Amino acid sequence: MSDPVLTVSDLRKRYGQTLAVDGVSFTVGRNEIVGLLGPNGAGKTTTINMILGVLAPSAGRILIDGMDVARRRREALSRTNFAAVYAPLPGNLTIYQNLRIFGLIYGVADLKRRIQVLLDQFQLRTLRNVKCGVLSSGEQTRVELAKAMLNRPNLLLLDEPTASLDPNIARETRALIRDFASREAGGVLWTSHNMYEVEEVCDRVMFLSHGRILLEGNPRSLPREHGRNSLEELFISLAREPLAAGAAEHV
Amino acid sequence: MSSAKRIAAILLRQYYLMRGSTSRVVPLFAWVAVDIVLWGFITRYLNSVSHSGFNFVPALLGAVLLWDFLARVMQGVTMAFFEDVWSRNFLNIFASPLSIHEYLTGLVASSVATSTVGLVVMVSIATLAFGLSFFAYGLMFVPFLLVLFLSGIALGIFGCALVLRLGPAAEWFVWPIPALVSPFAGVFYPLSTLPGWMRAISYVLPPSYVFEGMRALVAHEPFSFGWLAVGGGLALLYVALAGWTFMRVYRRAVRTGLIARYSAETVS
Repeated sequence: MSDPVLTVSDLRKRYGQTLAVDGVSFTVGRNEIVGLLGPNGAGKTTTINMILGVLAPSAGRILIDGMDVARRRREALSRTNFAAVYAPLPGNLTIYQNLRIFGLIYGVADLKRRIQVLLDQFQLRTLRNVKCGVLSSGEQTRVELAKAMLNRPNLLLLDEPTASLDPNIARETRALIRDFASREAGGVLWTSHNMYEVEEVCDRVMFLSHGRILLEGNPRSLPREHGRNSLEELFISLAREPLAAGAAEHV
Repeated sequence: MSSAKRIAAILLRQYYLMRGSTSRVVPLFAWVAVDIVLWGFITRYLNSVSHSGFNFVPALLGAVLLWDFLARVMQGVTMAFFEDVWSRNFLNIFASPLSIHEYLTGLVASSVATSTVGLVVMVSIATLAFGLSFFAYGLMFVPFLLVLFLSGIALGIFGCALVLRLGPAAEWFVWPIPALVSPFAGVFYPLSTLPGWMRAISYVLPPSYVFEGMRALVAHEPFSFGWLAVGGGLALLYVALAGWTFMRVYRRAVRTGLIARYSAETVS
């Protein structure tokens, strides 16, 4: 089996007395889509921010393609990309301009052709000269996904990527991400609150609560293994536990 | 090569923004042009009422031009940075392979482009409309500009660090920086005019050496190149200090999570 594209070891983030992330360890393999699930405030975005190098961990280690983000930030991040609802692309630039700028930053070869391919894939060709600020939220999400795939990343981080898409575009987007994971050498770490989507897309899921991973497994078999009818039911039962510690044992 | 591309990306971003926005292009030259016209007439008036034979054009109008150049350089850096603040682009920028060194170099490159526009307009008006001759400064015009350019870069990077540390609302601390520095830099008067405590501050400001030198040249008094070199050395030191300050503020922002949640109006 090839080395994982992402290895997170004993990751912690402390803000004063609060432990936002408490000893999280996991891997994402090549061609694998891993769902990072949990209620609001569970530590998902904090974990993603640490992987992206914009938040320094209090302890632990993050390796992307074997490269330590803390020591070889540039090499690690040039193999990574992300899309998140809270990180829109500048609204005062057109789709093409944004993709060109980030293509240069990520050192994308044959950039013009790559942009054309992505504009076609995400059905953005007719909007290429439209400023991102006037796009609908669904169109903006598609632009962010196009930017996230510009450099054919080995690690793709997606924080609720389909949150503002209509069901049809959301399905097509999921297909594109699945296609990306199966054809390119990349792995995907995906956060979502849509459990049906997670069940459909992810090869493996991890439940995060109070900064800890409580459960991990196949999203299609995990609910049955814990006596629940669906992933959503399992999610709710875990999220309602007042204290995360030991929650998995109670489920 | 990749590093040059990443720096070019920051420059290209500014170009795209300028190309599509009159409100960004006009301020590059409009206010400095107004300043030169205003001071051009003031110096013309002073020449007509003064019987000392002293030519105010190279002394005062030249000083305004050089000072406005410094301010344009500083604003060139901060404006490029503010574009990322206003468009909440920090996460996209800082979660990429772009290094802080490359990012700051991109801001400086943007400033070179935008301040050159202002300089060309100012020199054109001052020369054509008010007869300012740069022969009065001779070849020293180039090192004068260089020292002021470095000073503007240092102030600009320091201003960016201030806004990164204190939050978007702190941009109001940045705009008046040139006005705060100018009384100490002796833009319009010799440093000997200042009280001792103000003069002590003047000696650590690189522009002071430029304006003292400029006045000496215009008055055909002895001019020390070594004196200007001190100003140049100080300017280089301040550029390094400003870069170091920005890096420290950035590292703190990464430690505290500020970068990730910078879109908040105030983060201090």
